[in-house]
Amino acid sequence: MSSGPLIEIRRLYKSYTRGGQAIPVLTDVSFEIGRGEFLALMGPSGSGKSTLLNCLAGIDRVDSGEIVVNGQDITLLDETDLARWRSRSVGFIFQFYNLIPVLTALENVELPLLLTGLTRRERREHAAAALAAVGLSDRSDHYPAQLSGGQQQRVAIARAVVTDPDILVADEPTGDLDRTSAEEILTLMNRLNQELEKTIIMVTHDPRAAQEAHVLRHLDKGELSRAADTPGR
Amino acid sequence: MAIPLSYSWRNLLTRRVTTVLTAGGMALVVFVFTATLMLAEGLRQTLVSTGSPDNVVVLRKSSETEVQSTLDRQVSNIAATQPELATDSQGRTMAAREVVVLFVLPKRTGEKSNVVIRGVGETSLELRPQVRLIEGRMPAPGSTEIMVGQSVLTKFAGVGLGQTMRFGQRLWTVVGVFDAGRTGFSSEIWGDAEQLMQAFRRQAFSVVVAKLRDPDGFEPYKARIEGDPRLQAEVKRERQYYEDQSKALSRFLKVLGVSLTGIFSVGAMLGASITMYSSVATRTAEIGTLRALGFRRRDILLAFLAEALLLGALGGAAGVAASSLLGFLTFSTTNFQTFSELAFGFTLTGEIAATSVGFALFMGVVGGFLPALRASRLVIVEALRSG
Ligand SMILES: Nc1ncnc2c1ncn2[C@@H]1O[C@H](COP(=O)(O)OP(=O)(O)OP(=O)(O)O)[C@@H](O)[C@H]1O
Ligand SMILES: [Mg+2]
Repeated sequence: MSSGPLIEIRRLYKSYTRGGQAIPVLTDVSFEIGRGEFLALMGPSGSGKSTLLNCLAGIDRVDSGEIVVNGQDITLLDETDLARWRSRSVGFIFQFYNLIPVLTALENVELPLLLTGLTRRERREHAAAALAAVGLSDRSDHYPAQLSGGQQQRVAIARAVVTDPDILVADEPTGDLDRTSAEEILTLMNRLNQELEKTIIMVTHDPRAAQEAHVLRHLDKGELSRAADTPGR
Repeated sequence: MAIPLSYSWRNLLTRRVTTVLTAGGMALVVFVFTATLMLAEGLRQTLVSTGSPDNVVVLRKSSETEVQSTLDRQVSNIAATQPELATDSQGRTMAAREVVVLFVLPKRTGEKSNVVIRGVGETSLELRPQVRLIEGRMPAPGSTEIMVGQSVLTKFAGVGLGQTMRFGQRLWTVVGVFDAGRTGFSSEIWGDAEQLMQAFRRQAFSVVVAKLRDPDGFEPYKARIEGDPRLQAEVKRERQYYEDQSKALSRFLKVLGVSLTGIFSVGAMLGASITMYSSVATRTAEIGTLRALGFRRRDILLAFLAEALLLGALGGAAGVAASSLLGFLTFSTTNFQTFSELAFGFTLTGEIAATSVGFALFMGVVGGFLPALRASRLVIVEALRSG
C-alpha cells in the first residue's frame, strides 16, 4: 500500500441550486488527508463543512474535481459501487447518533455486517466485540430509547468501526451531548485513531473537540485554510 | 444480504394502532371476499353432495332442472329397466320414478317461498342413503302422508310433525322429519309420487333416478337412452346434474363478491398506502442512515414492500380467521334454477383461504409500492438532513 496520503482532494467544486439559482458551497477546494490523521474541520455555520464531509464519505456528489482514496477516484464510481465502497471503507458517526429505533444495541452494531459475507454467528461475534470495545456489552439488548445520548453515540461508534473501515467521518459527534459525555466520546475517538489507526475526519463547532485532533482546518465561504495553530499532541 | 424481515416486522409492531387499523381495513375487505367465495363453495358442495356418484338422472331432453322435466310413463319405464342398473335383493331394478313440483308455503318470518315437493317411489330412499328419518315415521305408500326435510321444518311455518297442510286440493299430514345433512334434499318435502301426480293433475313423471350396477355402466346406458329417438331423454350423472345446478348461482355470487370487494379494496389499498407513506415520512432520516451505511435503493424498496406485505398478511389472516367463523352458520337462498328454497352453509376450503390471503398480499403490495418506491428514491444527504 502506498505511503502517500490516504485521501487527496483536488479542485473540488460543489454548488446547490435553489430557485433556479446556483449557490456555490465549495469552490476549488484541494487538500490531502494523511493515513492515520485525525482532522478537525471547523468554520462558521453554512460554510460547507457538512457538504465537504458528505462528498468525502461518498454520500453526496461533487460538481467537479477528484476525491482519490487509496488511489481510487470515488467521484467516478456509480451508485452501486459507491454504496459498496462506503460499506467497506467508511464508518459514519452522526450528531444525532442515527441508530435504528427498532433494533437493539447489538443489532444496530450488526447492521453494517449484513452487507458482508459473514455468517450470522460471525456477525454476532464481531458486533459483540465492537460493543465491548465501547464498554457497552451489558447493554446489548437495550433499544436506543433505553440508552442515554452518550451511550447511543458509543453504540453508533461501535457500528461505525465494526466493519473495520479505514475512514471514520463524524459530523458534530458531540453536538448533542453534555460535556462529560462529549469528553467520553472524544476520548473514544482518540483511542480509535491511536490504537486502531483509523483516519478520522470530524466536523465540529466545539473548540475542545478540535483540540483532540492533530490537524485543524477552517472552511470559510467554501474556501479552505489550514489553521495556523494546528493543535499538537 | 438485505435488510432483515424482522426490521419491517418490528416497525409494524411499533406503530401498533396504525397497524391494527390498517390491517383491520384490509381484514374487512378480505372478510367479504372470503365470505362470498365460501358461500359459493358451500352452495356448490351442498348441491354436489346431493348427488351420489353411482346414481344417474334421466330428464327430458334439454330441460335443465327436474322441475322443468317431464317423462311420460312409457319413457320412465324404459329408463328404469336397463341392464346397466343395479338390482335389489328381490331382483327389482333400483330405479325411482319421481315427480318434482314447486309449491308456495309461508315461512316462519311471514314471507312466502317456494318449496320443492318430491313425489317418490319405494326405491327413492335406498337411492339416497344421505336421507335419514330422524323423527316420526315414513309416510305409508299410496297415502297422503308426507315427510319434511330438516331445513324445511326450521324455516317454514305449519310443517311440524302431526300438522296438516293443503295443496293440490288435498290435505296432507306430516308424519316424519328427515335429515339429509348438507344436501339439497334437506330443503324438500317428500310424499308418494302417485298421490302427488293425481293431486297436481299430472300425467307424467319428472325424472327417473337410478343406481348403476357399476359406474362404468354410465356410458353405455347414456348412449342407449339418448340414442333412442322415441325417448327424447337426457342422462346425467346425479353429481353432474347437481353441480350444473350450482353453477349459475355460484358464478353470480362470485362475480358479485369479487366486484364488491374490488371496489372496497381500493379503499383498503389507499389506507395501506397512506400508512406506508407516513411510515416513510417519519423514517426518512433512518432511510438516509441505512443508505449511508451501504444499503442499496433496492434493499430499501424491499424492506418497505416487505412491511406492506406483512401488513397485508396480517389483514388477510384476520379476515380469513373471522370468515371461518361463518362456517357455523347456515344460510338459505333461492336456488335460481328451480326458484325453491335451499339451505346451505359457508364452506372454507384451503384453496379459498389461499386465494384470500393472496388477495390481501396483493392489496399490500399495490398499496405499499409507491411509498416503498419513494423511500428508495430518497437522496441520502437530504434524507439525513430531515432528521
Ligand atoms: N440540499 C441542499 N439544497 C440547497 N442548499 C443546500 C443543501 N445542502 C446544503 N445547502 C447549503 O449549502 C451551504 C453549506 O451547507 P452545509 O450544511 O455544508 O454547512 P455547514 O458548514 O455544515 O453548516 P452548519 O455548521 O450549520 O452545519 C449552506 O448555505 C446550505 O444552505
Ligand atoms: Mg453541518
